[in-house]
Amino acid sequence: MNRDLIAVTALWRNMPTTSQKVFVGASDRVPEGTRLVVDVADTTIGIFRVEGKLYAYLNRCAHQGGPVCQGKIVPRVTEVIDERGESHGFAFDESNLHIVCPWHGFEYDIKTGMHPGRPSAQLIRVTVEEASDGIYVTV
Amino acid sequence: MSKIEFVNGVSTATEHKVQQITTRTDSREILANAHRDIALYHLDDYFIVDVDAHHVEFDSWAEILDHLENPVLRHNAKEMTKNWPNAKQLAFSNHPVGLTFQDVFGRIPHQAELAEHVEKTNEHRDLTLVRRAMDSMGIKMQVVFPQPMLEMGLHPDPDIVTAMTFAYNRWFTKTILPHETRVKTLLCLPFHDPDASIKMIQEFGETPGVVGFMITSQRHAGVHKNMYMRIYRELEERGLPLAFHAGPSWGDTMTTTMNRFLSVHSMSFVTCNMTHMTNWIVNGLPERFPKLKVIWIESGLARVPFMMQRLDHEYLMRQSDAPLLKRLPSEYIQEMYFTSQPLEVTIPHMLEATCKAVHAETQLMYSSDWPHWDFDVPSRIAGLPFLTEQAKRNILGETARKLFRF
Repeated sequence: MNRDLIAVTALWRNMPTTSQKVFVGASDRVPEGTRLVVDVADTTIGIFRVEGKLYAYLNRCAHQGGPVCQGKIVPRVTEVIDERGESHGFAFDESNLHIVCPWHGFEYDIKTGMHPGRPSAQLIRVTVEEASDGIYVTV
Repeated sequence: MSKIEFVNGVSTATEHKVQQITTRTDSREILANAHRDIALYHLDDYFIVDVDAHHVEFDSWAEILDHLENPVLRHNAKEMTKNWPNAKQLAFSNHPVGLTFQDVFGRIPHQAELAEHVEKTNEHRDLTLVRRAMDSMGIKMQVVFPQPMLEMGLHPDPDIVTAMTFAYNRWFTKTILPHETRVKTLLCLPFHDPDASIKMIQEFGETPGVVGFMITSQRHAGVHKNMYMRIYRELEERGLPLAFHAGPSWGDTMTTTMNRFLSVHSMSFVTCNMTHMTNWIVNGLPERFPKLKVIWIESGLARVPFMMQRLDHEYLMRQSDAPLLKRLPSEYIQEMYFTSQPLEVTIPHMLEATCKAVHAETQLMYSSDWPHWDFDVPSRIAGLPFLTEQAKRNILGETARKLFRF
């Protein structure tokens, strides 16, 4: 995270890794639009599937280190504005799924891992692969 | 890093026991990452005092109503709980609709309810929950406040406010406080009624665990009015601090223009304490009660440099409006105490300047505000790169230990 975002040093961003490939399970463990949270030794990872593709992140929010992957999955909220600049209320953007940190509500686009209003606030991406026998993460 | 599990020779991940955090999730699971931070930030090396946390007295509302002294009021409240579908946990309270927006509509479950399983024992459920939170965050002592009782300052019936404040305080000092020495409190005053406030201080001023008294800041009252001076004198003579605990209001002339809780929370949690602080200083209360320690709770810090500059600017031109002052308003502010949460950290150089301005090393005290939606974990303070080690130690607990004489 850029140091210009928050003043607090986020030590969990420097956690040691082993670059080891770890089997998670069969592909059907992560159906479309859902998540699977797994533990690999001391590390907790969330694996998400959106539009068929897998995304994986460390279970640490960029804000205060909360368990972001265990939060609510909701579509991004938008506001409908007409050509006169007048508001017609909220709408869900069903094409843009967010994961919401349950500690404080920081929302991230699951595909990019970025906060929609401040892209430098982003989740720590974990390499995830889908092979014929299932899902692997590298930690 | 502990070892990765192997199944049939293949390194394998294990499914985490809680896939999604809900209102029913155990606090220790919700706060598991905060618990990990104890080792990461060496928080065990600090004596951490949390100067603002909450228990949820909704679940004990019937017991609290039983402590209403006046038989008519007790009868009235009990009848409400029997007959009104939503009044079991709210009769006589002043719980505004906006407060139910705090959880961002299901996104922050712990704000709405801590509905986790707690084994039935002789210990009160709330105490178990408070202890779980403290242990999860590495907190040694916690100043615990109620929740809906904080809204009483805008209640339309002053007699009910006085009666409920006594009922809650009597319940809390009997049911929670004596059973855990790590739990402390600053008891609410029925501030609108100075006689009752003096009675409250006299009744509980020496109760173990009561480390001072508190005024809920959402109220339409000028804290400088003569009727309140007796309260400040009583506290000053007893050496007990006075805290102002902020809260939201969606019903004043400013916030009624607002359509989002974000706006209301950003402003009203701050302006209530700004208002009282302005009256406090301009009317020379620091000169009238020089030994009374004043704490400003839950308005963050960012507004303080603004107030220091603004009040100094105006005072120098209008000294005759504030004849009791012998120094700049900012100098009085620098002698007051502030709790840290919610710490505005998004512009680091401004936070650093703010900490310098408020003399954070001696005047700032860590607070979590758990289990509220914008709570701060102790690593907020421990991770601030511009603070000296001694400043971190003071903010995380030593200043509170000295102020409250733990």
